[in-house]
Amino acid sequence: MSIDIETARRVAKLACIRVEEPDLQKLAEQLNDIVSFMKQLNEVDVTGIEPMTSVTPIQLKRRADVVTDGSVQTQILKNAPDAREGFFAVPKVVE
Amino acid sequence: MSANTWTIATARDALRKGEISAVDLTMSCLTAIDAADELGAFVHKTPDIALDQARAADARLKVGAAPDLCGIPLGIKDLFCTKGLPSQAASNILRGFKPEYESTVTTKLFEAGAVMLGKLNMDEFAMGSSNETSCYGNAVNPWKVDERKLTPGGSSGGSAAAVAADLCLGATGTDTGGSIRQPAAFTGIVGIKPTYGRVSRWGVVAFASSLDQAGPMTKDVRDAAIFLAAMSGHDPKDSTSADLTVPDFEAALTGDIRGKKVGIPKEYRMDGMSAEIEALWNKGADMLRDAGAEIIDISLPHTKYALPAYYVIAPAEASSNLARYDGVRYGHRAALSVGDGITEMYEKTRAEGFGPEVQRRIMVGTYVLSAGFYDAYYNRARKVRTLIKRDFDLAFKAGVDAILTPTTPNSAFGLGEMASVDPIEMYLNDVFTVTVNLAGLPGISVPISLDAKGLPMGLQLIGRPWEEGDLLNHAYVLERAMGFVAKPEKWW
Repeated sequence: MSIDIETARRVAKLACIRVEEPDLQKLAEQLNDIVSFMKQLNEVDVTGIEPMTSVTPIQLKRRADVVTDGSVQTQILKNAPDAREGFFAVPKVVE
Repeated sequence: MSANTWTIATARDALRKGEISAVDLTMSCLTAIDAADELGAFVHKTPDIALDQARAADARLKVGAAPDLCGIPLGIKDLFCTKGLPSQAASNILRGFKPEYESTVTTKLFEAGAVMLGKLNMDEFAMGSSNETSCYGNAVNPWKVDERKLTPGGSSGGSAAAVAADLCLGATGTDTGGSIRQPAAFTGIVGIKPTYGRVSRWGVVAFASSLDQAGPMTKDVRDAAIFLAAMSGHDPKDSTSADLTVPDFEAALTGDIRGKKVGIPKEYRMDGMSAEIEALWNKGADMLRDAGAEIIDISLPHTKYALPAYYVIAPAEASSNLARYDGVRYGHRAALSVGDGITEMYEKTRAEGFGPEVQRRIMVGTYVLSAGFYDAYYNRARKVRTLIKRDFDLAFKAGVDAILTPTTPNSAFGLGEMASVDPIEMYLNDVFTVTVNLAGLPGISVPISLDAKGLPMGLQLIGRPWEEGDLLNHAYVLERAMGFVAKPEKWW
């Protein structure tokens, strides 16, 4: 199965990246090349093999579920393209 | 010789003896940097910070008992968040972003008294093998054999160029699929990617979290040992950081590898491998044998599948990690048209802010994670990853101490020469290095000799997990045996 323009349009939508209509064809071709390359993986017998979740056998550390920082509103908002009255500001979300 | 050409070890000893001040050492680097804009290595210079840090280092050195890196001028890859300073991952989407915090790695370096000269060029979000996807423009290899300008490799291309051109004594790099080792090989320097979990990822802009590791890029193996020790260690802020004692890596450089077993994996002898690479590889093996190591043929049967597995897993993780760049909390936000809502804001912001290669990888990742394809691609790739790691586990279980391979299939190529080929061609640069990231192992590139064109070529040594000391010792033996001392002729 290959990636057609429709699939490319859907992927761009899912990825939240605007792709102009004339560019979709090229995108579909490039995605197709990459996906065909990935298809080599179908040659491998993976019966009974667990998908890797952690590359090192080390147990992840746990800590008490408590607040360790906070009260840094100014710092958090400092890099926002638009911040007003202590909040991130965005265009209208609900019609 | 001007002090900027020194190794970290030489400078450390001279600083401790009072033969040079950290301020003078720093000045020699700042002068070299200002004369090297053509290399495109430093993209944000921080001379005022550097001189403040150098003065503080001099005061500390006067008191005595200063750490190894006290007063050592370093370059920092743009991927590391540095408080109050541009930290853009070479992307337009992070233009103007100045973190309110300091990465763990730079915090450790500064606590050790290191001097930061500035931020270094790289591929956008560390996605690339030639430093050509950077929003700052290309970094250029100081090695030049004709009228062409060559790539320093990528993604840590600025770091490699800066170290090779003696603009700094060492630089931080990061390596997700070869981004420390490939540029190190292309510029004739040393670069080590440590075991996954050795160095904290906190404050390093994420690309593919299960593969990313930071490491040092230096002029020789001893410097790599000194620098790596200063970057390493447990960090509660990174849940994948290992709570293990950091050994004295420099003390591990005994130069004695008698009785060690070095594996030569037959699957790395790729079809169409050049006779030059083959000869280089054999020469490296001979040198290790002469030093008393036993050279044995080994098999890593799933090697061929590492690259396709990597190009499923890395984009999948990237698509998730880079979802945070939405024009709300930091960085670029697109100018909106009348009637645009929040969806248009996201889509326009990301289309404007990300370059073509980053967009492509996000979309590949989105595709392999999307409903209906998750099992066919992503889960299958993770299973293949298990098999790739198992190959290495079996080799080490059979007594292998280190594995010797080429670092790259070729020496540095010309900037722009890969522009017309399809993305897969560029991905082939990582063919010998990605396995190491997939298996979480430490890997180091050591410069070996110049090829027929007069460009540096490196060999890669792969070590057992958490055995960076032993790995560095193998590299040290190889380095001493090869005696690579060539430097690029200054043209910039």
